[in-house]
Amino acid sequence: MAKGQVAITVERCKGCGFCVEFCPTHVLALSSAFNSKGYHPPHVVSGEKCSGCDLCGMYCPDFAIFGARHAR
Amino acid sequence: MSEAILDIPLDSTKTAINPVEPYLRMDRMPHIWCPGCGIGTTVNCFARALESSGLNLDKVAIVSGIGCTGRVAGYANLDSFHTTHGRAIPFATGLKLSNPELQVVVYSGDGDLFAIGGNHFIHAARRNMDIKVICVNNLTYAMTGGQTGPATPTEVISATSPYGVFEPSFNLVQLAEAAGASYVARWTTYHVKQLSRSMEEVLHKKGFCFIEVLSPCPTLYQRRNKMGDGLDAMKFYKEVSKVRHGAPTSECALTRAGEIVVGKFVDRDRPDYLELLNRQMTATLGDRYATPEVTCSEG
Amino acid sequence: MHADPNGVLTGVHFLDGDHACCEGTLAAGARFAAGYPITPSTEVVERFAWRIPTVGGIFIQMEDELAASIAIQGAVWGGAKAFTVTSGPGFSLMMEHIGYAAITETPCVFVNVQRGGPSTGLPTLPAQADMMQAKWGSHGDYSIIALCPNSPQECFDLTVTGFNLAEEFRVPVMMMLDECVGHMTEKVVIPEAGQIAITPRRFTYKSPAEFRLFEPREDLVPDMVKAGDGYRFHVTGLTHDERGYPSMNVETQDRLVRRMRDKLKPFANGRAVFEAENLDDAEVVVVSYGITSRVAQRATQMARAQGVRAGKFRIISAWPFPEQHIRELAGRVKAFVFPELNLGQMVHEVERCAAGRAKVISVPHAGGSVHKPEVILQAILEAAR
Repeated sequence: MAKGQVAITVERCKGCGFCVEFCPTHVLALSSAFNSKGYHPPHVVSGEKCSGCDLCGMYCPDFAIFGARHAR
Repeated sequence: MSEAILDIPLDSTKTAINPVEPYLRMDRMPHIWCPGCGIGTTVNCFARALESSGLNLDKVAIVSGIGCTGRVAGYANLDSFHTTHGRAIPFATGLKLSNPELQVVVYSGDGDLFAIGGNHFIHAARRNMDIKVICVNNLTYAMTGGQTGPATPTEVISATSPYGVFEPSFNLVQLAEAAGASYVARWTTYHVKQLSRSMEEVLHKKGFCFIEVLSPCPTLYQRRNKMGDGLDAMKFYKEVSKVRHGAPTSECALTRAGEIVVGKFVDRDRPDYLELLNRQMTATLGDRYATPEVTCSEG
Repeated sequence: MHADPNGVLTGVHFLDGDHACCEGTLAAGARFAAGYPITPSTEVVERFAWRIPTVGGIFIQMEDELAASIAIQGAVWGGAKAFTVTSGPGFSLMMEHIGYAAITETPCVFVNVQRGGPSTGLPTLPAQADMMQAKWGSHGDYSIIALCPNSPQECFDLTVTGFNLAEEFRVPVMMMLDECVGHMTEKVVIPEAGQIAITPRRFTYKSPAEFRLFEPREDLVPDMVKAGDGYRFHVTGLTHDERGYPSMNVETQDRLVRRMRDKLKPFANGRAVFEAENLDDAEVVVVSYGITSRVAQRATQMARAQGVRAGKFRIISAWPFPEQHIRELAGRVKAFVFPELNLGQMVHEVERCAAGRAKVISVPHAGGSVHKPEVILQAILEAAR
């Protein structure tokens, strides 16, 4: 089971791709879908690899994503 | 610093709150910054530094000048001041001196702090005024359309240098050190953990502290110079940055495409302005010196 | 509330206008000043720098007037009563921050000891040529209060008044001295602290949850807060809504700019400060302010001695302009004579208010000295013909 997971606020995203690029375990990819502003937000492609490190959250310029570890 | 970790159960991520939200004015989101702009990333790091600092945030104030980074004050959930162009530092000086228990952060851009506000920067550093200056350096005047600024490297194209910039730029960290800053560091928006740690460090450091953060401006700096988007800038930072703590700042000048030296360059202890003031007055006036009580009372 | 005795140098003194102004700031409760040296105004902060360490406050000499004029506003939002002092060229540099004080409704005081201009002009010699600049010098529509003392005693008294008005209306207040008044030494009586009325800052009683930074009270003036008290407020020079958040649209602009003007109406209509003499039977009214009023006084007496029914209207609060009074006078006098140390500035306001109902005669002087009483007398005699 994954150690953590990410939460994405799709409507805040401006599609910069920072979270996708710098996720150490490659959990994310940009979606082909649009949000209402016309940006492609990230979506989880390998959720089982998420460590909950929250690096995606630190990189996000739009406060649209964060990662968290599961309670043990 | 502590990592931002939420203990959340698996099924509640949709309702969980981003850990930075308490530090921001979420009622003002979305912010004005472009897709791929790095200012939001620096604010994200700042929010985390506020969290891990353990400070009473009612006693932290933020002051910005004008420009894209000048808008940061308006998004921080602190007592916040969006002042005039270039004058964030002297405003912060008055704020700090009138209410010394405040931790005063100046958050502004390279044009605001080093061109129109350059004189204030060097004098506040000289006085070792106890304020923390965070400069988001996007190498241009972005808000007004991408004109040449005091930190724009030579050879780039800008709105006001259509044939290429030929005037030399400032090396901001060298300038800060020479003027007397107690703390000088540089990071890029790629270095989120180090940046956040530096921000937390200055929130606990006395005296004039300076952090330069190199940040992408895809819309107005990079576009004209065919440097790609925000993500390309981030990859570029990752590729060319070298961490050299304690590097002589004279060796840290930025160029259009060359190495970016990052790290903490200066961390020294000098008495700050208020300490010097109190020392001098006590020495000369003795018991006659009345410790400043600047705030006025009500009714 | 009364003045804090710490700052009040009660007694009879022999002071120049600049020093008396400084004592006024201390009596008024100013505990923070930022300045930059410029003749003929520096003595105000020189004395403040000398006095304040034993009173309990801070003077900082900034790197320029831009810095000084915004440092005081930082201090005000930190909870201080604060002021800066300058003259012509420095006043020009401060214009941007007069606008900032206006739109952020920051109560503060700017002392301008006027000298001859434009530019470096006459650093050591008097003029009254910054009067329009005081009102209109920063861009945009905004309102300020300007006071014009004509003696060291008034430099003290009106400086206290100026601070009080700044708190009451939350506007920048301009103390419009001139080189002569600033450097003239006379008797100054400073009363006991208990006899000096002080307008306290109106800090909000609301909790952070219910407080809105620019929500006006009935008098159109919002309550103040200071940093560090948990209100987490936002101040901006952008057009803002009542929360203090930027809101750049026609409606917000209209509401904000009109309120900033309207909040001063009660002052303009009924609380204007002036000095009148012999107006009951006057056929010619000599209007004046500052140092020129002392020369005009002589000319008015000379005219009376020659049988002209001359009266005196000395403007003390120049902005908002005391238009009610001038309008009323215009309906019953033959002419206004208006000497000033400029080529005609405040006289335009008199012309506007007289609206053709009385003659308006300007007695200009380019500055560097004061009028000769005979020149003003000549104008009075001409006006009476």
